[in-house]
Amino acid sequence: MNLILLAVIALGAIGLTAALLLYFASRKFAVHEDERIGQVSAVLPQANCGGCGFPGCAGFAGACVKAADKGSLEGLLCPVGGQPVMEQVAGILGMAVEASAPKVAVVRCNGSCENRPRLVSYDGAQSCKVQQMTGMGETGCPYGCLGCGDCVEACQFDAIRINPETMLPEVDEEKCTACGACSKACPRQIIEIRLKGPKGRRMVVLCNNKDKGAIANKACKASCIGCGKCVKTCEKFEAITLENNLAYIDAEKCKLCRKCEEACPKGAIHAFNFPPRKPKAEEIPNVEPQKAEQ
Amino acid sequence: MKTFNIGGVHPEENKLSAGSPIREVQLPKQAVFSMFQHIGAPANPVVQKGDVVKVGTLLGEAGGFVSAPVYSSVSGKVSKVEPVLDASGTRRMAVIVDVEGDDWEESIDRSTDLVKLSDCPKLDSKTIIEKIKAAGIVGMGGATFPTHVKLCPPPGKVAECVIVNAVECEPYLTADHRLMLEHAEEILVGLQLVMKAVNVTKGYIGIEKNKPDAIALMTEKAKQYPEIEIVPLKVKYPQGGEKQLIDAVIGRQVPAPPALPIDTGAIVQNVGTIFAIYQAVMKNKPLIDRIITVTGKSVKQPSNLLARLGTPFSQLIEECGGLPEDTGKVIGGGPMMGKALLNTDIPMTKGSSGLLIMRQDEAKRAEVEPCIRCAKCVGACPMGLEPYLLAKVSEQKDWEVAEREDIVSCIECGSCQFTCPSHRPLLDYIRLGKSTVMGIIRSRAAK
Amino acid sequence: MNKLVISLSPHVHGGDSVQKNMYGVCIALLPALLASFWFFGWGAVAVMTASVLSCVLFEWAITKFILKRDKLTILDGSAILTGLLLGFNLPSNLPIWIIVLGALFAIGVGKMTFGGLGQNIFNPALAGRVFLLISFPVQMTTWPQAGNMTYVDAETGATPLSLMQKAILEKDASVLNDLPSSFDMLIGQTGGSMGEVSALLLLIGCAFMLWKKIITWHIPVSIIVTVLAFAGLLHLANPIYASPLQVIFSGGLILGACYMATDYVTSPMSKNGQLIYGVCIGLLTVVIRNWGAYPEGMSFAIIIMNAFTPLINNYCKPLRFGEVVGKEAAK
Repeated sequence: MNLILLAVIALGAIGLTAALLLYFASRKFAVHEDERIGQVSAVLPQANCGGCGFPGCAGFAGACVKAADKGSLEGLLCPVGGQPVMEQVAGILGMAVEASAPKVAVVRCNGSCENRPRLVSYDGAQSCKVQQMTGMGETGCPYGCLGCGDCVEACQFDAIRINPETMLPEVDEEKCTACGACSKACPRQIIEIRLKGPKGRRMVVLCNNKDKGAIANKACKASCIGCGKCVKTCEKFEAITLENNLAYIDAEKCKLCRKCEEACPKGAIHAFNFPPRKPKAEEIPNVEPQKAEQ
Repeated sequence: MKTFNIGGVHPEENKLSAGSPIREVQLPKQAVFSMFQHIGAPANPVVQKGDVVKVGTLLGEAGGFVSAPVYSSVSGKVSKVEPVLDASGTRRMAVIVDVEGDDWEESIDRSTDLVKLSDCPKLDSKTIIEKIKAAGIVGMGGATFPTHVKLCPPPGKVAECVIVNAVECEPYLTADHRLMLEHAEEILVGLQLVMKAVNVTKGYIGIEKNKPDAIALMTEKAKQYPEIEIVPLKVKYPQGGEKQLIDAVIGRQVPAPPALPIDTGAIVQNVGTIFAIYQAVMKNKPLIDRIITVTGKSVKQPSNLLARLGTPFSQLIEECGGLPEDTGKVIGGGPMMGKALLNTDIPMTKGSSGLLIMRQDEAKRAEVEPCIRCAKCVGACPMGLEPYLLAKVSEQKDWEVAEREDIVSCIECGSCQFTCPSHRPLLDYIRLGKSTVMGIIRSRAAK
Repeated sequence: MNKLVISLSPHVHGGDSVQKNMYGVCIALLPALLASFWFFGWGAVAVMTASVLSCVLFEWAITKFILKRDKLTILDGSAILTGLLLGFNLPSNLPIWIIVLGALFAIGVGKMTFGGLGQNIFNPALAGRVFLLISFPVQMTTWPQAGNMTYVDAETGATPLSLMQKAILEKDASVLNDLPSSFDMLIGQTGGSMGEVSALLLLIGCAFMLWKKIITWHIPVSIIVTVLAFAGLLHLANPIYASPLQVIFSGGLILGACYMATDYVTSPMSKNGQLIYGVCIGLLTVVIRNWGAYPEGMSFAIIIMNAFTPLINNYCKPLRFGEVVGKEAAK
């Protein structure tokens, strides 16, 4: 009996002391956090991808609360959650949020094995950044995809894969959150985060080659040679600019008429997600539904 | 026998061309002069298409203090000024000259008579450095750092001695070895010129003991100059590294960056550079040619060639029996630090110390296996770093740890990767980490 | 012509490989292995075969069926080496099923759970041995006498280690008179596990590894010197502690110091770290041998220091080039 009593007292005393210690420790070391940070965090995707430019979702939540205190959420965007999540965040913080169009990653290189012959073979660490240090890389194009998959490794959402046939990365538009990690990982800045466009339809110059036409032409069958034909066809909308021998289509100005695609002698301009073209004779009605969208 | 204190490896020496005397190469049909033949700002072209140039005519002027001018090594007509693929693997601005005849600028003394320092009592430090600067001389061991910059120590630093780097620790290469055997006298005078330029009274020539004939000859010739000492060194790579050489010869270690080799009081110059300095100062000849070793196990006739800068490598290979059928890799420089070339049409530059041709079976790296943490890389690193760790954190992009572990001290000698039993691409990743961390440090300093 | 290869420098390799190192250690163990066959007969052959075969088998099965890796690693020699070392740590009359269990623990838990070669924290062979020692204390410490060529019903007897511990427990230095001379122990005429027999042959193997640059001197020398010094001091202070030479040549000390503690994966990377690691192993070994519950402390000492290796790696950096000069300049 005595033994049991002793044990109860001893254990009880230990328990009580520990409880007291814990109580004081929790009071002493309590971290006061704005409760809104927790609330904002709760609606974020918790992927911690860093696409917003902050270290993880908690960092972004903190930044949102701070920005809200200053009066505006401008410039803050969770690329993963996109518009719906930002609206929720704005709701929690009592702010309005401006509409932002959805974006997607686009690989601006079409130098597949067929289009761009491999002149030498690279042997070394499987990293584009390392291969970039050898100079031009395997092909004659110093601007094109190196194919080691730094972008694939950088993607947190499994949205980009190297196609084993073309050896080029392909973006899964369903999965892509436009967080920009792949774009940052690419040593040649080939991947661009672009407006997704209505129904995902967009026109893109799939080339990044800034060499003179003759050199670019020799390096790759699908390269932009800076001939400027597309610029002329787009005089009306002025959506295409030519800089450093490379055409660029401004997604904001592009009216999706697809004329530049036809004009390009090298097939460097690609139309994404358009319905398949009907035979030539029926081409004109094909343009109409697009106009309707505008 | 003296050598440096930390790490090092001993690769198979393979000095196939050591017995082959220097041979002059025929003039090329077309010579290509890159404006990027040195570290620092590129040279700016001063000629245009159609200009007629002679041997020794200025093609590109120095683009700043840390830069060097480029001279034509041939006579003829400028055919193009445009970017050309060079040894860096990228297209960079170059002047292309179609060769016609061999017409030299008159100011150049083409005689082979030895001019001693005692023959020119009027030479002073300033004139010597000016001449070196004007001649476009850069470090010819491969680093291509403009020489005149090295001869002008930053304020507060004082040079105490000059060390000539004649160790040629890279396997295969023998250009410096042959140069010493055939131009010993000129090298000694060149060293005196540098000593005079930086105002010191002690000069060392460090030679690895795998060149006993060169050590004997240089010692013999140096007897007349008591201020010059020949230092035989134990064969160990990377003894030709500036920091390692200073440690080996005078037993002083350069502290970690940002300290410079001059902090130890030593100025190191490659023996090829010394010869070029002699020619520039005594013969008024700008840097227009150099000795290059063309070698490889499959090369018919491994040779040491005296070739004009701008000559395409393909011509040098032809000179040595042509490109072998089973060539797998062509390397500009030695096997430890050289750069693999994209093709053989690339022109030779001021830093081309060798051209190494590897068979297909030598060209590919072995399969990578997991790190077994054997610490052999740690033992081999001449800078006392931990390559396995640096490679790992670079691969994981943990730049903070990489910086804390002194990744910027890496001299990229490749000893770690050379020893790694798992054939891991250690240096590939360390290079990536080093350049990234250096970028981070620079951007931090800019703020 | 074929495509040229481009890669960053260096373009040559020293020719060293994982296989060369692993098989090098196996070759170094060969003389001692033959000696243990000689001393312990067919029992030793059976134990060693079972140990090596089951280690290789488990390595193969785990990589193929559990990790589902395409590249099988059984030929890199690491599993064979683990099997050899595990076998050396067992008595030559141990039932085969216990050996198989030990091999499963060594390879399965000690190595593959961490991700295979290069990733493990503890030396797999020692993990297996310690696992068996704790699970089957009777079988693991019943040592046949050297010279018994039969596998079953071998005559068993006290090992030098148990005599040494007995002397300390009974505070009676005369117990130590039963110890074989240190010369006998060097040659291997004593009871014990298979690897404890011939210190001389193990040292010859170690010299081979040093010559081939498979290991560096730092770990073995620091362990042996520490044990010599510590045991010597104890012996001088009180004769119930055995003489340092007998301590060195008894039990698995040489095997542990030269072959187990030097295991690449689980030992520190820098030279100064290796020295600290060796000294600590030496101290722990003597402490456990003299005042612990088990007569042999080597394996526990190594396992304990394995756990400290990451910490040592974190704090013991190799001497950087110019560090000494830099510090002087800072003063």
